[in-house]
Parts: sequence; structure tokens; C-alpha cells
Amino acid sequence: MVDSIFLAVSVLTIGSAIAALEIRSLIYGSIALMITLSGIAGFFLLLDAPFVAMFQLSVYVGSIAVLILFTVMLVRRELIFNKIEDHRRRYAGIGLMIIIMLGIGTIIIGSGLKTMETNTQTIDYRKIGEDFLTYYSPALIVMALILTSSVIGALALARREDVTNEQRTD
Amino acid sequence: MSNGLIDFVLVSVALLAIGIYGLSVKRNAIRMLFAIEMIVNSANLNLVAFARFIPNSQGQTLALFSIAIAAAEVAVGLALIIVAYRMYRNIDIADFRSLKG
Repeated sequence: MVDSIFLAVSVLTIGSAIAALEIRSLIYGSIALMITLSGIAGFFLLLDAPFVAMFQLSVYVGSIAVLILFTVMLVRRELIFNKIEDHRRRYAGIGLMIIIMLGIGTIIIGSGLKTMETNTQTIDYRKIGEDFLTYYSPALIVMALILTSSVIGALALARREDVTNEQRTD
Repeated sequence: MSNGLIDFVLVSVALLAIGIYGLSVKRNAIRMLFAIEMIVNSANLNLVAFARFIPNSQGQTLALFSIAIAAAEVAVGLALIIVAYRMYRNIDIADFRSLKG
């Protein structure tokens, strides 16, 4: 059985995920996405992983959500408040969502995951730090290089001066 | 802890389904990025949940790597959206078709 905190966090997460996609204004949508990501951090706290939860809060809610808000502010006003979607695809998309939920849900409920219980100790975050600095240290260096190159690439893309709207054909 | 592993996995499946719905229906590029974020987060939730119940510290390590890579992906994606917006004055992905022959 689940407890009430889990139920509240899951309702908050799922509800604001739907709101992020369905609210007309993109600004409120990105705020709803922020609430979804904070809800995921709450799940990490429920799973006794406070280090990952703090990382999630600082990376997603702190930087990515602010980046998305700045991008939304750069876009024209009527694009923010208009919903752009394929009306013909809408019901097909809802059907696909329900099929995925029911299909994978029944498979998971039918599997042996239901009986899985734990009574072991929680994982100490010192163990994670030790992993990072010993076994995973090459992966950590490669990840640092990937982050640097992606930031440099994003800056080079966004600061290009030769991109204008004259390439538009119609 | 009274919450079983299956509860976390079911929440993760729901987030995945909502993300796939948004990715297939919406044509706004920024909203499609929202949907991708939801799918990545459902994967992270699965990683941490299984790491708690197995129990093993490698799941949390992999979740940390995944969060960092997702940050890089969002930065590049938003830069691409800004370039496309300057080129087409629109963020509707049905308008981005200069590669169409």
C-alpha cells in the first residue's frame, strides 16, 4: 500500500505534467513543468536518495527551467499564447497514451515486481562519491568534456550572425 | 517504507505515456522539448527506484550522469529552437522544412 505523501506527490507530478502540455500559455506551461520536475525530486527523497534529489533540484529546477523561461520570452507574443497542434492527431495521440498506459501497466502489474520488498540499509552518498572518483572517473571526465562542448556548441549556434529570415521561400 | 517498487514504476509509466502523447500531438517546438524532459525524467525515476530496491549504488550514479547529459541536451535544443525561430519567425515544426526536397 502507498502512503498519503506518495499519493500527493504523484497526483501533483502527473497533474502538472498534463497541465504543462495543455495550458494555453507557454509561460504557465513552463512553470507547470517546473512543478513536475520538483515532484520527481520529491520521489527521489521518498526513495531515500537525497543527493540525487538535490542534484535534480539544482540542475532541472534551477537551470533548465530558467533557460526554458528565457527562450519563451524571446519568442513573439502571439506564438506564446496560441496553441499549435494537429487536431486530427489529437484523438489518435490520446488513444496512444491510453494504450501505452494500459499495456505496459498490465504487463508490470502481472510481473513479479509486486512482491519486491526491501528492508536493507539506504545507500550512503559517500558510496556514490567513491564510485565517481574511482570506477567511474573516466566517464566523469568524458561527461565534463561533453558538457563543455555542448555549451560551446549552443553558444556558437545561438550567436550566429548570418542567420536571417530571408531564407524563407514563401 | 510502505511504498512498493511497483508504485514508482507505475508513476513512471504514466509520465512516459504523457510524454509520448505530447511528442506525437504538439507541433510547438518548445512543448515538444517539455515532452522529452518528461520522458527522460521517467527513466531517471525508474533508475533510482530500482537502485533503492535491489539495493545498489550504481543506479543512483547512472541517474546523476543522465541528469547531466539531459542538461546538455536541453541547452543544445534551445539553441536550435532559437536559430530556427530567427530563420522562420515561427516555432511551429511544420514550418521548418527547408530540407524538404
